[in-house]
Order: sequence, then structure tokens, then C-alpha cells
Amino acid sequence: MISALRPLTRIGHWLATPVLPESYLELINPLLGAGLRGRIERLVRESDRAVSLEIRPNHQWQGARPGQYVRLGIDVDGVRHWRCYSVSSAKAGRNDTFTVTVNAIDGGQVSTWLNWHAQVGMVVMLDQAAGDFVLPQGELPKLLFVTAGSGITPVMGMLRSMAANGQAADVVHLHYSPDDAHNLFAEERRGLSLAHGWKTLNQLTRSRGDQHFSSAQLDALCPDWAERLAYACGPTALMDATAAHWQQAGLAEQLKQENFRPALKAVAAGAGGEVRFWNSERVAEGAGDKPLLEVAEQAGLMPKHGCRMGICQGCLVTLKEGQVRDLTSGEVFGESGDMVRICVCAAAGNVTLEL
Amino acid sequence: MTAAMKIDSSLIEKARARRLPVDLTDAQVQQFGAEIEAVRKKIMDSLGENDARYIRRMIKVQRALEVGGRGLLFAGILPPAWLAGTAMLGAAKILENMEIGHNVIHGQWDWMRDPQIHSSTWEWDNVCPSDQWQHSHNYMHHKWTNVVGMDRDVGYGILRMSEKQPWHPAHLAQPVTNAMLATFFQWGVALHDVEFERVRTGEKSVKEAWGQLKHIGKKVRKQVVKDYVLFPLLAGPFFLPVLTGNITANLIRNLWAYMIIFCGHFPDGVEDFLPEDVENEDKAHWYLRQLLGSANISGGKLLHIMSGNLSHQMEHHLFPDMPSNRYAEASAEVQAICKKYGLPYNSKPLHRQFGSVLRKVMRLSLPNGKPKAELATA
Repeated sequence: MISALRPLTRIGHWLATPVLPESYLELINPLLGAGLRGRIERLVRESDRAVSLEIRPNHQWQGARPGQYVRLGIDVDGVRHWRCYSVSSAKAGRNDTFTVTVNAIDGGQVSTWLNWHAQVGMVVMLDQAAGDFVLPQGELPKLLFVTAGSGITPVMGMLRSMAANGQAADVVHLHYSPDDAHNLFAEERRGLSLAHGWKTLNQLTRSRGDQHFSSAQLDALCPDWAERLAYACGPTALMDATAAHWQQAGLAEQLKQENFRPALKAVAAGAGGEVRFWNSERVAEGAGDKPLLEVAEQAGLMPKHGCRMGICQGCLVTLKEGQVRDLTSGEVFGESGDMVRICVCAAAGNVTLEL
Repeated sequence: MTAAMKIDSSLIEKARARRLPVDLTDAQVQQFGAEIEAVRKKIMDSLGENDARYIRRMIKVQRALEVGGRGLLFAGILPPAWLAGTAMLGAAKILENMEIGHNVIHGQWDWMRDPQIHSSTWEWDNVCPSDQWQHSHNYMHHKWTNVVGMDRDVGYGILRMSEKQPWHPAHLAQPVTNAMLATFFQWGVALHDVEFERVRTGEKSVKEAWGQLKHIGKKVRKQVVKDYVLFPLLAGPFFLPVLTGNITANLIRNLWAYMIIFCGHFPDGVEDFLPEDVENEDKAHWYLRQLLGSANISGGKLLHIMSGNLSHQMEHHLFPDMPSNRYAEASAEVQAICKKYGLPYNSKPLHRQFGSVLRKVMRLSLPNGKPKAELATA
């Protein structure tokens, strides 16, 4: 089928030059346009600040495993922004729709926009799923999930998929949220627990005064935690606390973590400088605490990037001159020729990038 | 720099004021520059969803026109279909090259960060490769606008469009050269970047020029195969009407683009400059030179769109990376600023601007002299 189409595709390219045949097909259906994209098929309000988007991807979608994240390209006020969101649906295969759940973050341009302006029928740009925050293949070991706030989303994808596929597993799920109103998927999780014999523990930290995560609490709520493969996702405080706990127990390899925001250190405010983009002959002002990726984007450039939080190495750019500050550690470094993760590095004085 | 510091600053001021043909002190020029900058900032800060919608809609209209035009040409054996198809395809090519391509390649829409409408990726529908044009046009022409000897768009290396260019007997033929350039404009634009005159003088290596020619050749092949081979072949027995329709559409685009572009810098009242005029030029003086070195075409909305908003050539030269749909808005403010500083604002209907361009082509084909009225009607 595909090989029979190949000569046709080639003629299509010659006919459409200098653009792509997709540029014309897009006139018929926006999903036929160039690149991986999807249409919002359904919106489900999960709380007063969280919304689930069910997305129908186009034929280029290669599928996601439960727990992975997808980058969404959203136009806000005419400007494209890319953000990572975890898949929260049971299915996300090649021919499936999939769902992401977006929690509105204070001051978060994209997350608030999606909560209040996303509409059924809108087309969003997508990137193939990525991330290794996934369940092991084959028979499942005893599992422990520790989640807080919107950190529930990747775990929700795993729970739903285990249920949908009838995968038997011994599950303990410890979830932290401020109150009932913001306790995402509470009803559904309760139902799943009953049906599959999972243990779900909801900690309501604001309304009920429950404590945040601690080693003592974990020992009390899940005494056999050391025998479990653990998954943690939530704000920086939870990430730090769980990492420290498993580290001290010498069981670090039994803990998988998913950050959903870069863990930027409150670095002593360093001076920024002028940022020169060598290849595109542009110059911009780079504040000492602003990732170079954002500086470049605001200057109209579109650097390649992935996670936007310093883990995937998808944004590496060669430093030509000057030094940069790693915002996750505060370290200032840089020699000509160094590869810099621009999503977490800011200018430390004047810098020139090969961009 | 340090040497210049020692000179009495009022002397520099006087020298500067002499260079540009305006009656302003340096302080006034600086103030003028600040006001122009404020116009720019105000508009650039207000870019948003409406602007994004504008360019996306323009691209849709252009593609629909093109598909429609090519479709009609398949029925081109019927004269009305041929006429309508050719007109639609011609209009589509004009929109693609001017309101969309030229402006996208300028980076006017880069702020949207849409890789499909971005200066780093756009390839336009003519034989000149975008990347090559981007350098010669955005840098050489927009930075050194109308500086004879630096801006290679002054006469495109083949016409004498300024009294400051030395006369050569070959210029006697320039009414003919000019007509040829208009007819084959896209080819002229492509070859312009090769800078044959610099290859001849040895400033540019033959190897570099050859590399550029090969690059152009690749693009030419694609363009020619599409318009003159594949689409006609697809029409089968109606090969000929499609071929002639495509040739005519490209010709319409060539003539129109030529006319609009020549009206940008060559009508009466537009100043040209010498390299010494722009030594140590600051931003305010650059703004002033852009204003004095360009001319607008007055007219309705359709004219502005079909000219790629180069009918707002002055605003385009002041703000080359401002989205073109905002030039009309900027124009009102620039005009008010010009009035305030007693600066000319050269805006006339198309027939008047183009009439004066044609007169200049004739006049400057002869050695310098007073403009001759009778030549104008020749």
C-alpha cells in the first residue's frame, strides 16, 4: 500500500514545490497538514483548575506508553508555546485517541489558557511521546505510587491501563492534594481500588490537615514499601523528599521519578548579559535568571528542544563565547565549544550561541 | 572612536546635518528617531492572535486561489476558463511572493514561532532561492538603502537609476534593458545575488559564484518542471493552454512585482546617498535615511495587499520586521511625525510614482543633465 503510493507522493512533491503537498491537503482538513498534530475531540473538567483534553492525533502518531509525556504546541495570543503533559488515559496507541490532563498553574501561560480557552475542534501541534516513567514489561511486581497535585496524571494513565488490560498487581497509591475539590480523579480511583483490590490513600493536606510526605508516614501507611517498585511524581518538595528517603535506604534504583517542572534552584541573582545568536545574526537581552531557550524564543528563534527542564538533552547548543549559569545548580561555566542545555542555562554576562 | 571624541561635538552635528538633505539639528534628528522607535515599540508590543489569524488566512486564500486557478486552466481550452485560471494563478503567485513570501522571509512572522511560517524555513514560489535572497536583500539592501555603491538594488547593477552613478554608453540601451528586467524579473532577482560585477573585478571568487549558480539551478529545475512540464502534462490533450496559462501567470507576477518594487525607491523625490553620508550613522539617522530613501504608493486595501504592503515602502524600510498588516496603522503615525519635523512624506498613486520611475529610466540613459520634459513623453 505504502510502496504503491510512493511514486504518487513524489509527483505530489514536485507539483507542490516549493511547499509540501500537506500544505494544500490542510485546506481540506487541518489534520492532514504537515507534521504530527491532533484535534481536541472532548473536554472534561476535572476540577476548577484542571481539564482533560481528549486528542485525536493524525496518522503520524506512533503511540504512547502509559506514564509517558507528550509535548503539545499551543498558540497563545498568536505565539506557539510547547509544554509537556503526561498522558492520563488508559490507551494512547497508534489508532487511539489519548487524553492529557492539564492543571492550571498560577502564572502558567499555557496551562491557564488550555483550562479556559481550549475548545473542541481545535488543532494542536504534537510531538511523539517520550519518557521512561513507565511500568515494566511483563508480569508486574508489587507497586507503590506516590503522587501529589497534578503529579497524578502519569500514574492515572498507568492505573487506567492496568485496569483496562486486566493486569493483576498489588498496588498502594499514596496521593496528596490540598482538599476534596482538588483531589483529581478521586471518584474513579476509588472505583478502581474497589474493583481491583488496590489500596488508595488520599492525604488532604489543607482541608484535613494531613501531613506531607515523610519517612515515618510512609512506614506507617505502607510498611512493606521497601519491597515495592515505587513511582513518584509531584512538586519539587515531594521529589526531593522521596529521593532522599529511597537514597538513605540504599534503594534508589527502586524509585522512579517524573519531574513536571524544572527544579530550578533559587540561585543568588546573577547578572545576565547580551545574548548573540551567531547563525541567525540576532541579539537579545538575557536576564541572569532567564533560560536562554526563552531568550531565543522571544527573539523569534525556534531552537530545537524537548523537555524544557534539563533532562532530555534535546536543546543542546554550542557555546561560542562567554559563560552561562546552570539554573538547576547555580554553577557558572562555559568554554568555547561547550554544549549547553539552553532550557536550564541563563546568560552569565555576554554570551554568543551558535543558533 | 576616541579620535572622534576629541572633535567639538557641535562640528559633528553640523557635518551630520549637512549630509542628509533635511533642515534638522542633531538633537531634532535624535528626537525624531525616538518617536519613530516609539511607533515601532507600540505596534510590536501589541502583536497577537488577530495578526496570526491574518497571515494564516492570507496563506489559505493564496493556496485556494492557486488550486482554483490551476484547476480552471485544465479547462483552459475554453477562453473564459483560461482567462480566469490565468488571472487566479497570477494573483496567487503575486500574493505568495509579496504579501506572504517576502514578508515571511523578512522575519515579520517569526514571533509566532510557527516553523511553517518562519524566515528560516520559508521557500517562495519563484526561481530565486530564499536563503540567498535573504542575505542580499535583508542585509545589503535594507541596511544600505539607496547608498550608491553599497546598495546593489540601486539599478540592480544593470540600470543607471541615480545621477551619482557614472554614465556609460551602454546606458543608452536602458529603456530596453529595463523592459527586459521587468519581463524576466524573477530571473533578474535570482541572478542579482550572484554579483557578476564583483566576480569580474575579482572581489568575489568564481568558485563562490559557481556554488551560488548551482544552488539557483536546483531551485530553477523544480520551478520549471512544475510550471512548464508537470502541470501541462497532467492536462493531457490540453497541454498547451496550461503551459501558456502558467507562462502568462509568471509574467503577470514578474511585471507587477517589478513595478511595485521600482516604485519603492526610484520615483521623483526619493533621495540617494554616498558611502560617506552613512559613516558613523546612528539609529536615528538610519531611520531618517530609510524615510528619505523610500516612497509609498497611495491606494485602497486591495492595492496594499497585492503589493505585499510594499505600497507602505517607507514604513517597511523603517520597520522591516514588523508584520505587514500593521503598516497602514504605522503609516498614519509616521506621517504625523514627518509633518511635525517638516519632513517630506512621499506618497502618490501608482500611475504617478511609476510614471516618474519610467521618466528616470529614460533621463538617466543619457549623461547627467537637466530633466527634459520632452523625454518624459517619449
